[in-house]
Amino acid sequence: MNGGQDLGGTHGHGAVKPEPNEPVFHGDWEKRAFALTLAMGMPGGWNIDMSRFARENRRPNEYLDMTYYQVWLAGLETLMKERGLVAEDEIEAGRPLHPPKPVARVLKPEDVAKTLHRGGPTERDTNTKPAFEAGQRVRARNINPVTHTRLPRYVRGHVGTIERVLGCHVFPDSNALGKGEDPKWLYTVRFDGRELWGDQADPTTQVSVDAWEPYLEQA
Amino acid sequence: MSGHDHEHDHEHSDLSETQLRVRALESVLIEKGYVDPAALDLLVETYEKKVGPRNGARVVAKAWADPDYKARLLKDATPAIAEVGYAGRQGEHIMALENTQKLHNMVVCTLCSCYPWPVLGLPPVWYKSAPYRSRAVSDPRGVLKDFGVELPKDTDIRIWDSTAEIRYLVLPMRPKGTEGWSEEQLAELVTRDSMIGTGLPKQP
Repeated sequence: MNGGQDLGGTHGHGAVKPEPNEPVFHGDWEKRAFALTLAMGMPGGWNIDMSRFARENRRPNEYLDMTYYQVWLAGLETLMKERGLVAEDEIEAGRPLHPPKPVARVLKPEDVAKTLHRGGPTERDTNTKPAFEAGQRVRARNINPVTHTRLPRYVRGHVGTIERVLGCHVFPDSNALGKGEDPKWLYTVRFDGRELWGDQADPTTQVSVDAWEPYLEQA
Repeated sequence: MSGHDHEHDHEHSDLSETQLRVRALESVLIEKGYVDPAALDLLVETYEKKVGPRNGARVVAKAWADPDYKARLLKDATPAIAEVGYAGRQGEHIMALENTQKLHNMVVCTLCSCYPWPVLGLPPVWYKSAPYRSRAVSDPRGVLKDFGVELPKDTDIRIWDSTAEIRYLVLPMRPKGTEGWSEEQLAELVTRDSMIGTGLPKQP
């Protein structure tokens, strides 16, 4: 979706403000929001692409006004409410008002380390061959889905070079919709700064994105 | 400055509302049996105490000290990093990017906050912020200036936008004057920002 999350090349956000000796979390609520988000993945049953869409699928001004853990929290609430795991009146009351939904699994302390260690690899075996090879010129397609996609606006329509074939990976555009992993070949595609930003770009700059095959066409 | 003060007040009142909401949500989820509070504590403790940029610094220092390891790291970083003991969530597929005199690498996620957790821990606020995500791809030298870093004008700059599940770790240049240093000593020079590409290692 062309939402508030797709920030590459947008203007007006001001300077980057590094924070000296930044703590891992700013306040207790961030710790809890973080841990709840990770822990709910197991009983919730959603995938990472659904999570990303739940975070970004909101009014751009709302997205940009929230801190990052507020975005995470809002995304988590959306995912849980969609599945009837929790309701707004319960959050307001601070206690359950409706019976819990049966869930497949709950994250137990003894499973934390191995769950984190396992992670969620996205590369999949395939019998297909990649359509592109390193060195080939490709154009990022001008697609504008209203659903989740990982092709940022700033490269759409622009021509770049395949730098590396990264294997066949879960396709977010499908996975976010619950339509299956539908693995597709993934490539690092490198663009010249001037191709993306015109003559004002620093000629020493190159930018790459990792793009799935359906995002690309031969240039 | 008054505009800033106002922004802060606004942020603070929103935050206290958020604090209350998180507390309420946690109670509901625990009571409904969806989450185990001990697991929540362990998740926080893991990323607060165990997984952080010191992990990445060990990897970089090892690559500086051991040419064979460096070759393995640049060829296929995920198993090379696993050799040192780091793997897992948000680091399932890692690629290491070597900085040289001619080329400086810098990593961003313009679409969200993708970041190599097993080696760098959780991302700092600025990495997830609109200023960094918007300008890293279009004005990298301007962004570097915000970090007090100025590179030679003829150094090529390569920005890696983490739009898929590949996570990037920058291998900064080994500082001069560190010949014969141990990996432990070298690791002390490796800053988090030097592994993102928004900083340079400390000089001895």
